[in-house]
Amino acid sequence: MELAPTDAKDTLWKLFKSTFIISAFTIGGGFVIIPLLKAKFVDEYQWLDDKEALNLVAIAQSAPGVVAVNAAISLGYRIAGWRGTLTALLATVLPPLITLSVISYAYDAFAHNQYIQLLLKGMQCGATAIIINVAIDLLKKEWKKKLALPLAIIVGTFIANYFFNVNLMYAVVVDAVIGFFWLRDAKYS
Amino acid sequence: MIYWELFWSFVKVGAFCVGGGYASMPLIQAQVIEEHGWLTMQQFIDIFTISQMTPGPIGINAATFVGTKVAGVPGAVAATVGFVFPSVIIVLLLARLFFKYGDIGPVRGVLNGLRPAVVALICSAGMSFILLALWNTETLPQDFTRIDLVGCIVLPISLWCIRHKMSVIKLLCMSGALGLFLGLIGIR
Repeated sequence: MELAPTDAKDTLWKLFKSTFIISAFTIGGGFVIIPLLKAKFVDEYQWLDDKEALNLVAIAQSAPGVVAVNAAISLGYRIAGWRGTLTALLATVLPPLITLSVISYAYDAFAHNQYIQLLLKGMQCGATAIIINVAIDLLKKEWKKKLALPLAIIVGTFIANYFFNVNLMYAVVVDAVIGFFWLRDAKYS
Repeated sequence: MIYWELFWSFVKVGAFCVGGGYASMPLIQAQVIEEHGWLTMQQFIDIFTISQMTPGPIGINAATFVGTKVAGVPGAVAATVGFVFPSVIIVLLLARLFFKYGDIGPVRGVLNGLRPAVVALICSAGMSFILLALWNTETLPQDFTRIDLVGCIVLPISLWCIRHKMSVIKLLCMSGALGLFLGLIGIR
């Protein structure tokens, strides 16, 4: 996808800024950062739609590495080509790189600072609200389609992952196989 | 050269780290403690602890921490670049395949199966986070009455704000400030 030069610059800057801030303030990584990126890219900037975002996250999930980084790579690529990938990647990696370099020199002071603890506790609640919001929107959408198998996958994967600590990789492979055999029909897309 | 060694060690970690997050820890342990002796076990456990309360995926945190300890900031950069290198190649390859062949039956089927899985994993992360915000534990709490006051106040307010379209970044700043404020006036 090609963008006009000024648009492209503007998009890259927005992409960098939002990804950097989300990465800097999100504790926990992985599936915590993805709803935040989705809220920003899909709901606020409308660079892509729900379905495409989930497809790209699914791709990110099936490659080796850290899912938050992989999601930044694939979403960045969709939004602005290889420059988007580099921008999103840099913005995801820089905050932990900077924080950890500093912290590895002053770990104790950081870990026991009560103000930092209070700030982090508040932010954790904010992040929780965002995840709940994204989860509600996605669940509503799936529910409206009234398709049994995708709903069963949601419930089954959730139970396996949350209550039985099934390795994510196995769960994802099983879901991919189910899809390969039984979800080819266009109505599931 | 030490930078090259760091880079290459973390390329190996990144390439075989499947399943995300904590799945990378044994690989890092094998490379960093057993093969090169760059860190002690105690330092390695410290990375865990730090990763619990700093931003960023644990793999990146570990790469940065190890790199800094071994060869300063340039070392951290070398290790981190190494860690993400395989991901960039493989994800871009898959993304290109997806844009080219995403519309043919079997590929579409696989993605149709994976999309609900992603929804489930987001719900699962949400569940852990709700428990963490309200009861300070990631698993079901022993005693539901020992609820966290700050969480009880900040979470509903944040939820109201996000349902009313507050921007994500504003919301994170606001909730952080609110947590700090409540703590300072003695609610915790």
